[in-house]
Amino acid sequence: MIGVRLYLAQRLSALVMAPLMIGHLAVMIYAVQNGLSAEEILSRTQGSLWWGAFYGLFVIAVSIHAAIGVRAVVYETAGLPERILNPLTWAIGVSLFVMGGRAVAGVVL
Amino acid sequence: MHRRAEVLDVLVWRGDANGGGYHSYGVPAQESQTVLDVVTWIQQNVEPTLAYRFACRVGMCGSCAMMVNGEPRWTCRTHVKKVFGAKGLVIAPLRNLPVIKDLAADMAAFFDKWTAAEGRFHPSKSRNDAMEPISPEAPNRVAANAAIECINCAVCYAACDTVTANPDYFGPAALNRAWTLQNDVRDAGYTVRQDAVSSSGGCFNCHSHQSCMTYCPNELNPTASIAGLKRLSALSYLTGGKAR
Repeated sequence: MIGVRLYLAQRLSALVMAPLMIGHLAVMIYAVQNGLSAEEILSRTQGSLWWGAFYGLFVIAVSIHAAIGVRAVVYETAGLPERILNPLTWAIGVSLFVMGGRAVAGVVL
Repeated sequence: MHRRAEVLDVLVWRGDANGGGYHSYGVPAQESQTVLDVVTWIQQNVEPTLAYRFACRVGMCGSCAMMVNGEPRWTCRTHVKKVFGAKGLVIAPLRNLPVIKDLAADMAAFFDKWTAAEGRFHPSKSRNDAMEPISPEAPNRVAANAAIECINCAVCYAACDTVTANPDYFGPAALNRAWTLQNDVRDAGYTVRQDAVSSSGGCFNCHSHQSCMTYCPNELNPTASIAGLKRLSALSYLTGGKAR
C-alpha cells in the first residue's frame, strides 16, 4: 500500500513543509501585531516572486504530503484496493494543487 | 468483588471461526498462579474439550500467547495477581489472527508474513569455508543482538493496530526478524530481503504506534527495527542499491 517511493515523497514533502509552515505562522503573527488590512497584505504579495515561490512550494509540498497521508487513512479505514487508491491519491493531490495554486495566484498575481 | 475467598472468576472465550462467546468459570486461587495455570485447570477439571496451545511453560517457546483482559500476553509468565482486574480475568484468543478453536489462534498468516518478509537466513558459506569471525562490538552485530531474542509469540502482531487496519502489512515480528538478518554479515539475502521489506506490505506501512514495543514480553523494540529497515530501504533506493 505504501512503497519506498510514496514513503520518500511523503517524508521529503514534510521536510519542505516544516520550515515553510514555521515561516508562514511567524510572518502571520508578526504582520498582524499592529493590525493589517487585506489591501496592505496584497500590496506586499502582488508581483512578489519571493512570496509566489514561498507559497507555491508550500502548495506543492502539501499536495504531495496530504494525498499520500489520506491514501493511508482511506486504505486502513475502507480497505479500498490499489486500483481505486492510486487514482484517488492522484485526484486528491491534483485537487489540492489546483485549489492551492488558485489561492497563491490570487495573492501574488 | 470478583475474587471470592479462594475462587477466581474467569471468563474464557469459547468457539471457532464461525463465532463464539465467553463462558464463566470459578477457578481455585493459588499462590504464584499464572494465567496459563488457570486455563490448564479449567481444561483438566471442567472443560476437557477446551482448546489452547502451550509447550515450554517458561517463556521460551512463544506458544501460549492469548488476550488477557484485553491485552496480549505470554500467559505462562503472566501472574494472575498482576492482571486480575475489576472484571476478574477475561481470556480470549490472540487478536488479529483467525481462531481455530477456543484459545488457539491460527498462526498461518503470521508465519506466512515471516516468509514474505524474507525472514529466513540465506547462507553465504558452506561447511568447507572458514568460520566467519563476528565481533560482538561490530555496530551491525550490536543492532542484530538488540532484536534477536524474539520467540515468535505473536504478542506484537496482536498488539499492532496497523495489522488490524491493514491485512497486507507484515507486522512487527516479521520485520524485526528481517532487521536482524540485514545486520548479519553471514547472510547472503540482503538485496532480496530489502526488496521484500520495501514492498507494499512492508516496513513503510508502520505508523510507529509502538504497541509492539509496549507489549513485547522480551522487551524488544520492533518499532526501532522497522525504523532501521525504513532507513536502509530509503538509502538503498536513493543510491540505486549501492548503499548498505
